[in-house]
Amino acid sequence: MPEFGRPESERRVKRTRRGFELRLPREEREVLRTLPAQLREILPTDDPAVGRLFPPAYPDDPERSDEYRRLVRDDLLAGHLEALRVMESTLDARRLTEEQLVGWLSALNDLRLVLGTKLDVTEETYERALTDEHPDAPGLALYFYLGWLEEQVVEALAGGLDTAGGKPGAGSDLPPPG
Amino acid sequence: MSASPAPVEVDRPAGEDVVAPDRPWQVICWNDPINLMSYVTFVFQKLFGYSFQKATKLMLDVHHKGKAIVSSGTREKAEFDTFRLHAHGLWATMEHPS
Repeated sequence: MPEFGRPESERRVKRTRRGFELRLPREEREVLRTLPAQLREILPTDDPAVGRLFPPAYPDDPERSDEYRRLVRDDLLAGHLEALRVMESTLDARRLTEEQLVGWLSALNDLRLVLGTKLDVTEETYERALTDEHPDAPGLALYFYLGWLEEQVVEALAGGLDTAGGKPGAGSDLPPPG
Repeated sequence: MSASPAPVEVDRPAGEDVVAPDRPWQVICWNDPINLMSYVTFVFQKLFGYSFQKATKLMLDVHHKGKAIVSSGTREKAEFDTFRLHAHGLWATMEHPS
């Protein structure tokens, strides 16, 4: 599992008394804008990377796993679609409610899971530097950006939970994209 | 998170899978290279009401040991918890140790 840090001055999500401020520069909003539709398009397909969003519950019992999948698939799919809808419909928002930010968190995580699976991300991916010419470089840059942003969403939301004893999200520094 | 936690209906003949209280089903969360450490901790806190300390310990167990038992109970409860973890993108499975 990775973790991303960030300098205070580049904070994109801030908890306020009236919800959450979304301080995304325009170019980052443009990067994010097309992503929900792209994932929505492949969600109902049997794209192998999408399978990551529908894991088996009983790895040693295919019959029960199939039964489980049949029971939950529609609910899981509806949840993923709803999160993408929330993110898409609030992409230009300056403020989000907690419920909307939770939708962003879910959508960002789903996007990272599918993109990371497509890119065959492993623990070593975080140690390895790719040259700009590498065919995976643009995808990985997007993947790292989404993780950097998601880390801040988690931190903002976790501020409302019991965090005594430690601050979530503190970790190695990773610069923002661009 | 956005997925409303709908109960998982299990349609099985009565008498099957009667679980003794001392042998509950276990929900296992597996390490993966994509989910953020902070996110996994957050999900454990949110879904199971665990303290930050307990959720962090479980997350670190998953991270370092490859997996951790994050919840247990009847098959219905375990399946519901597995479903909620799946709705949050975590890699969870359930098993019944015999």
